[in-house]
Amino acid sequence: MIEQVSVFLENKPGHLAELTRALANAGINLRALMLADTSQFGVARIICDHPRAAKAVLDSAGFGVSITPVLAVEIPDTPGGIADVLDVLGRAGVNVEYAYAFVEPGRSAAVDIFKVDDPAAAEVLTAAGINVIAPDRLYAVDTAV
Amino acid sequence: MYQPQYEAMPRNELEGLQLERLRTVLRRVYDNVDFYRRSFDAAGVKPDVGSLAEFVSYPFTLKDDLRDAYPFNLFAAPLRDIVRVHSSSGTTGQITVVGYTRNDIDNWADLMARTIAAAGGTPDDIVQVTYGYGLFTGGLGVHYGSERLGCVTIPISGGNTKRQVQVLKDFGTTILACTPSYALLIAETAKEMGVDLSTTSLRAGIFGAEPWSENMRLQIQELLGIKAIDIYGLSEVLGPGVAAECGEQNGLHVNEDHFLIEIVDEETLQPVPDGAYGEVVFTTLTKEGIPVIRYRTRDISRIIPGDCPCGRTSKRMERVTGRSDDMIIVRGVNVFPSQIEQVLTGIAGVAPHYQVILGKKGTMDTVEVRVEVAPDMDFDEIRGLETLQRRVRAEIESALAVSIAVKLVEPKSIERSEGKAKRVVDLRGEQQGA
Repeated sequence: MIEQVSVFLENKPGHLAELTRALANAGINLRALMLADTSQFGVARIICDHPRAAKAVLDSAGFGVSITPVLAVEIPDTPGGIADVLDVLGRAGVNVEYAYAFVEPGRSAAVDIFKVDDPAAAEVLTAAGINVIAPDRLYAVDTAV
Repeated sequence: MYQPQYEAMPRNELEGLQLERLRTVLRRVYDNVDFYRRSFDAAGVKPDVGSLAEFVSYPFTLKDDLRDAYPFNLFAAPLRDIVRVHSSSGTTGQITVVGYTRNDIDNWADLMARTIAAAGGTPDDIVQVTYGYGLFTGGLGVHYGSERLGCVTIPISGGNTKRQVQVLKDFGTTILACTPSYALLIAETAKEMGVDLSTTSLRAGIFGAEPWSENMRLQIQELLGIKAIDIYGLSEVLGPGVAAECGEQNGLHVNEDHFLIEIVDEETLQPVPDGAYGEVVFTTLTKEGIPVIRYRTRDISRIIPGDCPCGRTSKRMERVTGRSDDMIIVRGVNVFPSQIEQVLTGIAGVAPHYQVILGKKGTMDTVEVRVEVAPDMDFDEIRGLETLQRRVRAEIESALAVSIAVKLVEPKSIERSEGKAKRVVDLRGEQQGA
């Protein structure tokens, strides 16, 4: 499992810019940003190079922040790549709450992020020969809080 | 008890003292203040009242009468004898000014010494006076009482919350005096600073100057590890020191040797029996600078029937949960912001910091309650947040009987007040017919 930074955002102009500017000023590099919104508020989900430092920066900037464990899976750039992963999870009875994808620079495979309701999902995927990405490939794991 | 001879005086003696003092003050205002001479004459009443029962036929004094007398026209003593003035905050219009003679200041110090003693204070205590010093009565009121009782008095006034925490910890403060909303901010700030208030010497707080709920009391007691005592006063009558809770925390003992309390029906203005709710009316019995006669406070409360186990014989008024000045009327329904606070303090996942935004859509009033999400909420769970929002909305609607919108806002995004919290923003005038 890897650490995703989840941020509560009121719907107001310029607010996401404030969030990303605060991270930029702290030298934190974003790898993926996904926004989920409701009519009342949004949640920004972020994969970055220093998740714990990002939480600390955003906490002190007054944002509501949680660290959420999510699965990162390498998906080959071929038809059916995601379907194979979802089949494995489905057979194991694992629910996917949300998913999004990004591509790492210089690589052909995509990284898919899955929020799942069962922490054992990583082992199930590994056993099925699917490449689950370890935290150290995406960010500095030893970042102090 | 600081003055048991008055605080535990047998009722018949107390009422005798009240009548004697009432006659003196009525004579003083009749002889020295045009307003009272005219209003007594118009009502056909004389300064020498026959009994406390007869007094209910005397005319009321209103907030507007004090505003009209700005600044000094209701003073019953010449300015030569006035040694201090204070004023109301004036948030709802013209400020009102009150004056104190040397005797008034002396009595006030005694009454606040009683208040601190009733909260468990002794000369061994260290009192941090975080109420504002200045025209507001809170700071100097508590200050004089604390010195009168013999406590170490820290005149820190409001503001600079980190310094408040530092002083509280380093000086070994045992009693904190501030508004309840500021006590919560101090608790929050201490947590951020890594100071565990439960390990400090702090053991009691005397909180007032704004309405607060029982849930908020429990929260303050838990967060600060103290006994939270409700105190009551208003500048028009004295400032703090009019009434205060004892250790029983079951109603505020009115200092009846100095203030005559009446509860009247808000519509008929006739006295209601003990136990029934109504508007609180005070007459000052000893004040010289600016006595008030049957002053309508706009506060809603009741007399709690029965005796208090603490031994004080004075009547107890129930905590004021709403001042009718704070009351908002939404689509014809009376709403007190404290009702919202009571709901929020009972829901995990939100902080008791909120703001009510009143607007207008067509001819309809709209109410949006902005509520802070607690900082330890799981922010990834949209469903959880939506459920929280719906729950807050349903519970507030059920408490107020008015439909509202709830907006969850980010932790600590609602401005913290160092004095009285600003809970209501009324935009209805600007949004007419929008």
